[in-house]
Amino acid sequence: MALIEAQGVHVRFGDRVVLEEIDLAVAEGELHGIMGPNGAGKTTFFNVLTGRVKPSRGRIRLDGEDLAGLGPHEIANKGVARSFQIMTLFDEFTARENVMVALPAFRARGFDARRAVAGDAGLAGEADEVLASVGLAEKSAVVAKQLPYGERRALEIAVALAQRPRVLCLDEPTSGLGSDGKQRLLELIRSLRTRLTIVAIEHEMDFLFSLADRISVIHWGQVVARGTPRELQANEWVRRSNLGRFA
Amino acid sequence: MAQADAARLVTPAMLGLWLALASVPLWIDRVGLYPYLGVEILIWSIYALAFNLLLGTAGLVSFGHGAYFGVGAYAFGLAQFNLSANLWVCLGVAVLAAGLAGLLVGLFISHRRGIYYAFMTIAFGQIFWTIAIKAYAITGGEDGLLKIARPPADFGIAAIDLHDNVALYYFVLAVFAIVVVALWRLVHSPYGQVLAAIRQSETRAAHLGYPVWRYKLTVFALSAAVSGLAGALFAMAQRSAFPDVMSVNQSGLIVMMTLVGGGLVSFWGPVIGVLVYIVARDVIGALTFAWMLYFGLLFMAVMLFRPEGIAGMAKSFLARWR
Repeated sequence: MALIEAQGVHVRFGDRVVLEEIDLAVAEGELHGIMGPNGAGKTTFFNVLTGRVKPSRGRIRLDGEDLAGLGPHEIANKGVARSFQIMTLFDEFTARENVMVALPAFRARGFDARRAVAGDAGLAGEADEVLASVGLAEKSAVVAKQLPYGERRALEIAVALAQRPRVLCLDEPTSGLGSDGKQRLLELIRSLRTRLTIVAIEHEMDFLFSLADRISVIHWGQVVARGTPRELQANEWVRRSNLGRFA
Repeated sequence: MAQADAARLVTPAMLGLWLALASVPLWIDRVGLYPYLGVEILIWSIYALAFNLLLGTAGLVSFGHGAYFGVGAYAFGLAQFNLSANLWVCLGVAVLAAGLAGLLVGLFISHRRGIYYAFMTIAFGQIFWTIAIKAYAITGGEDGLLKIARPPADFGIAAIDLHDNVALYYFVLAVFAIVVVALWRLVHSPYGQVLAAIRQSETRAAHLGYPVWRYKLTVFALSAAVSGLAGALFAMAQRSAFPDVMSVNQSGLIVMMTLVGGGLVSFWGPVIGVLVYIVARDVIGALTFAWMLYFGLLFMAVMLFRPEGIAGMAKSFLARWR
């Protein structure tokens, strides 16, 4: 059974249809890539998946449970974490504070106004472990806005991982990264795929085709092709649309 | 150092400030000022700290916060006239009334952001101000509630008479100290950290699993409740409660004081802003009626050149000096 499933998702903003009809199922442990041209509706689909946009019709199910009507915080609490195409970190926080605030243990104490955060070795230790897992062990005390771009991308993934998600949604994770950064990110995501279900939007085709188990191509607000990377490379529509170019 | 202070309930800076403030009645007459000025500074400092919980910590702008200061003032007087003359009862009613008013308004505005949020705070502030003026039978209309007494601070084994301004000063200083400790802890708690996260990105905070609107609602109510406490002390100090404190003009003053002092970068910024404003009002105001013009110019200069305020400038200076 699919861990996360979209059925007939349709989104319209006024008289503008952004998603015509999206059907997509991602199995547990799968790394599912989403590709498509600009304006195809990929990020809108992510926004529906994570509760930021309510679909005009259609359903999203997580492990069989209907997520209709739930807001971003409720969906996040059910185990769906995401990164953003335009990087969204808490810039004034240190890397450790960014991760700490994402930990479920911290979230459980969110309304606690009596204890100080500083000096809580348990939370700090847990945050440092997550930072170490993305190669930022040495950067825990650095303020997020002072980190180089590639490390900020890694921190964004660390923040998502700190949520202990079941599904990790990555929106254009290589955006703005150089070749070294992309290589490091590739290795990081490869290390994550053994323990997480990942849905990744990506323009970088080499990156996506080398990682994904299956890929869905979204165009004009609907899935126009889907399959394994090998199947898509042979897909006539993908070839003609110039989406499946490889270096 | 900052990290160590964040974990403390009482910091060395707090102790130093309280000691300095405790000495004020001993010398204030000698510099040509008067103890009541100290009372005003402390009351407005409580109000500014409460306001900055909203602005500096959670990043939420309220241009109608005078409403909650006023609700506290009126509730203190009305409780005294109709319920009990006991100081603690009156203060409790004031805090509760202002907190409930904040909760009610928060229910309407907490789903909003930015300019819409700020404008709705003005609209609700105006509603409270209009009620204060029009509900003559309850509020005394434009004259306000007069003849509010200063009840003694009854501790069971002893009662302290607060008619004298110096006694009132030390009582308000004690309340100020309690508010400082409570807000300091709150700002450095997980709750405060989530508010700071919301200030930086509501979207990110929501996607981390935080029900953002509930945090915005509770912090608004808390800020209103503490503002109401300041309002109650003000009613006690002035022996009256009047609608002017609820006006947009007065609500704007607390924003100016907080920003000039550096509330966006420092816990102590609002206290600095209040000190500068009230001393400027008395010292420059003795020389010219146009003193507000000079404070306005100071506000503009700070916003244009050093938006981090006086506390921010001091921080930069200390960082360079070290």
